[in-house]
Amino acid sequence: MLLFILRRILIAIPTLILVSMFVFALQKLLPGDPILVMAGEDRDPEVIALLREKYRMNDPIMMQYLYWAGGVLRGDLGVSLRTNEPVLSLIASKLPVTIQLAVMSMLFALFIGIPAGILSAVRKGTWVDWLANLVALSGLSIPNFWLGLMLILLVSVNLGWLPASGYESPFVDLKKSLTTMIMPAFVLGTALAATLMRHTRSAMLGVLQADYVRTARAKGLRGRVVVMKHAFRNAVLPVVTLTALLFGELLAGAVLTEQIFTIPGFGKLIVDAVFNRDYAVVQGVVLCTAVGFIVMNLIADVLYMLLNPRLRTAQ
Amino acid sequence: MKTAKLSTVLLASVAMTTSAFAADLRIGLQEDPDALDTDQARTFVGRIVFESLCDKLVNITPALEFVPELATAWAWSDDGLTLIMQLRDDVVFHDGTPFDAKAVVANIDRSKTLAESRRKSELASVESATATGPHEVTFSLASPDATLIAQLSDRAGMMLSPTAAAEKGLELANDPVCSGPYKFVERIQQDRIVLEKFAGHYNADSYSFDRLIFLPIPDTTVRLANLRSGDLDMLERLAPSDAPAVRADANLAFAAETSLGYQGITINVANGARSEGPLGQDKRVRQALSLAIDREVINQVVFEGTYTAGNQPFAPTSPWYDQSNPVPPRDVDAAKALLAEAGLDGISIEVQAANNPVQLQLMQVVQAMAAEAGIDISIRATEFATLLQEQTAGNFDGSQVGWSGRTDPDGNIHAFMTCQGGLNDSKFCSAEVDALLNEARLSNDPADRKAKYDAANVILRDEMPIIYLYHQTWLWAMSNKVQGFTAYPDGMIRLAGVTMQ
Amino acid sequence: MSALTDPQPRATSRIWGKLSRNKSALVGATVVIVFIALALLAPVLPIADPTGTDWGAIRKPPSVAAWMGTDELGRDVLARMIWGARASLLAGVVSVLIAVAIGVPFGLIAGYFGGWTDSIISRVTEALLAMPFLIMAIALAAFLGPSLTNAMIAIGLSAVPIFIRLTRGQVLSVKTEDYVEGARAIGLGHVPIMTRYILPNVFPPILVQATLTIATAIIAEAALSFLGLGQQPPAPSWGSMLNTAKNFLSQAPWMAIWPGAGIFLVVMGFNLLGDGLRDALDPREH
Repeated sequence: MLLFILRRILIAIPTLILVSMFVFALQKLLPGDPILVMAGEDRDPEVIALLREKYRMNDPIMMQYLYWAGGVLRGDLGVSLRTNEPVLSLIASKLPVTIQLAVMSMLFALFIGIPAGILSAVRKGTWVDWLANLVALSGLSIPNFWLGLMLILLVSVNLGWLPASGYESPFVDLKKSLTTMIMPAFVLGTALAATLMRHTRSAMLGVLQADYVRTARAKGLRGRVVVMKHAFRNAVLPVVTLTALLFGELLAGAVLTEQIFTIPGFGKLIVDAVFNRDYAVVQGVVLCTAVGFIVMNLIADVLYMLLNPRLRTAQ
Repeated sequence: MKTAKLSTVLLASVAMTTSAFAADLRIGLQEDPDALDTDQARTFVGRIVFESLCDKLVNITPALEFVPELATAWAWSDDGLTLIMQLRDDVVFHDGTPFDAKAVVANIDRSKTLAESRRKSELASVESATATGPHEVTFSLASPDATLIAQLSDRAGMMLSPTAAAEKGLELANDPVCSGPYKFVERIQQDRIVLEKFAGHYNADSYSFDRLIFLPIPDTTVRLANLRSGDLDMLERLAPSDAPAVRADANLAFAAETSLGYQGITINVANGARSEGPLGQDKRVRQALSLAIDREVINQVVFEGTYTAGNQPFAPTSPWYDQSNPVPPRDVDAAKALLAEAGLDGISIEVQAANNPVQLQLMQVVQAMAAEAGIDISIRATEFATLLQEQTAGNFDGSQVGWSGRTDPDGNIHAFMTCQGGLNDSKFCSAEVDALLNEARLSNDPADRKAKYDAANVILRDEMPIIYLYHQTWLWAMSNKVQGFTAYPDGMIRLAGVTMQ
Repeated sequence: MSALTDPQPRATSRIWGKLSRNKSALVGATVVIVFIALALLAPVLPIADPTGTDWGAIRKPPSVAAWMGTDELGRDVLARMIWGARASLLAGVVSVLIAVAIGVPFGLIAGYFGGWTDSIISRVTEALLAMPFLIMAIALAAFLGPSLTNAMIAIGLSAVPIFIRLTRGQVLSVKTEDYVEGARAIGLGHVPIMTRYILPNVFPPILVQATLTIATAIIAEAALSFLGLGQQPPAPSWGSMLNTAKNFLSQAPWMAIWPGAGIFLVVMGFNLLGDGLRDALDPREH
């Protein structure tokens, strides 16, 4: 078991190095000269020359990469070109926001997606199944930025029920924190709920046809007991793995949602950074997202091992 | 360390939300400001925050006259090479450092010498500043500079605590210390900037809010929805399309003031190979393009009639505007005739524009109008960073770009239209214009300067290196409980005397 | 994932039979075909000029004259919707073609040869997959410069790793099959084995994935255009229409409702079709 985890971590290292190179190359490819914007409306040539020197824009690209990678290893991701704030502290202040959004969306998705999946599997072929499938498919097909716009129009602009933007830490004002986050979490959670529902359904269908469930039924156990005790326990395995994987993707899915609802999180940070050509921030954020993704994959693999009794004993 | 600091900030904000909620003013901004250091800062939106955070040596009136702020009086020597300023003696910075002549000298030195300073060109004429008394400072100039007072009424004249500046260096941007009516509490990038009232301010009685919270909300619809729901008390740069609805809303108040800046199309007349087409080489083609455009329709269609059509670097509301040459009406036939005269029966050009819906809507209107005169415009949308790069590199036929405007007229024209001007991307060059603009800069006589700007503008209207289109109007919307707000042409929010009912 | 055990590519007629009995696939196919037809027929349909401005009809609500209303320059939204369908469908299909054209060969090579070739391709794929799809697409589109073509390239490139991984996995599961061994035994070269024996057998799941990825790509194009990185004015695309519409959300909601509904329907169509294809091609019965 430990060996397996160790091996997975070792494999992740070259991946990470490659990611860091991609990230670095990607932003170097971006057109537009951030220094011109940073120099301000007056574009003083002296300031421009100095900034180029300071941000090592004149060095060969390989040196720039090594310099940056060296900084990363020392825990220094550089400073934002726009505000002089250290990228690491920027990330530290944005991450809780996006994590809160991701957790709330995930909770929403789990509470809707899993019961709906179980229900539609148990009631396969009925109108319940049909409806659940239709809703799930709609959830997958709706562009979430459009859903966000429509909700803002309806709930905030026309009805005035919920704020259209903003963020409040749950430790400062819990109620406000939740009310500002409900709509974005719903928007982000819709597609997730749909994915979870479809996977739960198909996992449950597989298990319900398995011999031990049939046996349990034949023994005269009540329907709900069979479903929950025998079928769901076995169907939950792929769903848990999937949840961990989806969580990594959630961080990325937050990009447009945060843009629409003006939430000062990771997604907004990266889009604004791309548009402002704030190189250091783009690099730092994409690197962090990639690390997060790799870690969630690792967790998914480990969970799969832990939850699957056959694999566990085999080790 | 970091977590400890973070938690104290959190605790502090908890304490404040419970104690003083009634006297907060929440202001919606269109963008997130950049570095909050008056020497490093470069954005318009940052100046809105500085207005409450920092005092300046000189202030302006809505009519653009200069009035005392930290400086109580000033006088020029006859040769225009020395400026002596008397300073207030009852001012302290937020960290308790007293404000005096030495502090001014330290600030001017920092603006001129800090490597990252964006103020160098604004203070280029200043050779040195010396403390000639405890509260008297003398500026020695290399050459006369009519624009200096205007510079000192903006970021170059904003005073930072010399103690904090020496201690923090560039880090000052993350915890600025000035002497303004409000002091810095916290900033969360892209989320909020919080200031609280500075009890030690010399004019503290005029400021009625305990806290100011600036919230950057780029989406105009969302910003207005927040104002309507009471999550904001006030917002700047209301979208023109929302103006009719705000005017009709009894719960909201509306304020507007024509800006100091302009928007137009900069034409590449001598900046590399792209200037070699008929558009760059033949002024008649540029004149035809200008004549094909109905500036009033642009104002109605894109800006709901709230902006001002323009044909000069100064707005028609400005004392520097040449009233004898008003905005010309559209004349498609004349445009076609000019093209024919230039030997063309049509022409295709590319105009780059900043990639945002408003600028693109504007360019699509221009495109449709120009097409009727036989000028086929293709629009290239680029992000602002790329737009500037292409513009400096000369990689454009035309570029839809503007200028936020300066109090002194020199700031709207000199750097753009002189041969060596730092912002002259069209590379227009005329010895005559150079002479006029350089002389206007040296003179302290407004009538003399006006005559020179008028003369320069006659040439520029004929040559058209920039086709001026319109002047933005600053639009503010606020709750009708906010009383006493005065709109200024510089787009700032000055809170002295503003109250909440 | 479907386990393909048949030695030969399955009979097309059987798949068609299954597909035509699958109601959702039929609905999906119908929706997709209707939109494709509208997009193709746009030049001959009796609709207004999608770029024809009218300063006298700015942001007018739906009426008899303009069924879906007019936009911020007085243009007919219905005409722009139909022309915009071209951009969306083109973006969906072309970007997936790019992804398949690059991803499938690499996946084939990695899976077939194994060893260090596989290791390198797999590590790179993993690294690419670790970077979020949309963020990749945004950065690439920003790099290439805003235009519809560049948006398609950006989306296509971002989707490449999905197809590499899928193809590689499929190849691994078929390359030890008897018919592959047989082909090798009679001395066929690598390329003929890959193209004639392996590719046809790994093709069905790739087709399913491609159909579903078209749905994703359409949304991605809309997202890029929504951020101003896709279709450029005055030509319409649903995403760029939404980008403009968000500024007039309260004054002219119809400008936002139609393009969103268009994206929703087309994407739903491709998802239904993809699901149907999967069911039809999957040997397991549900």
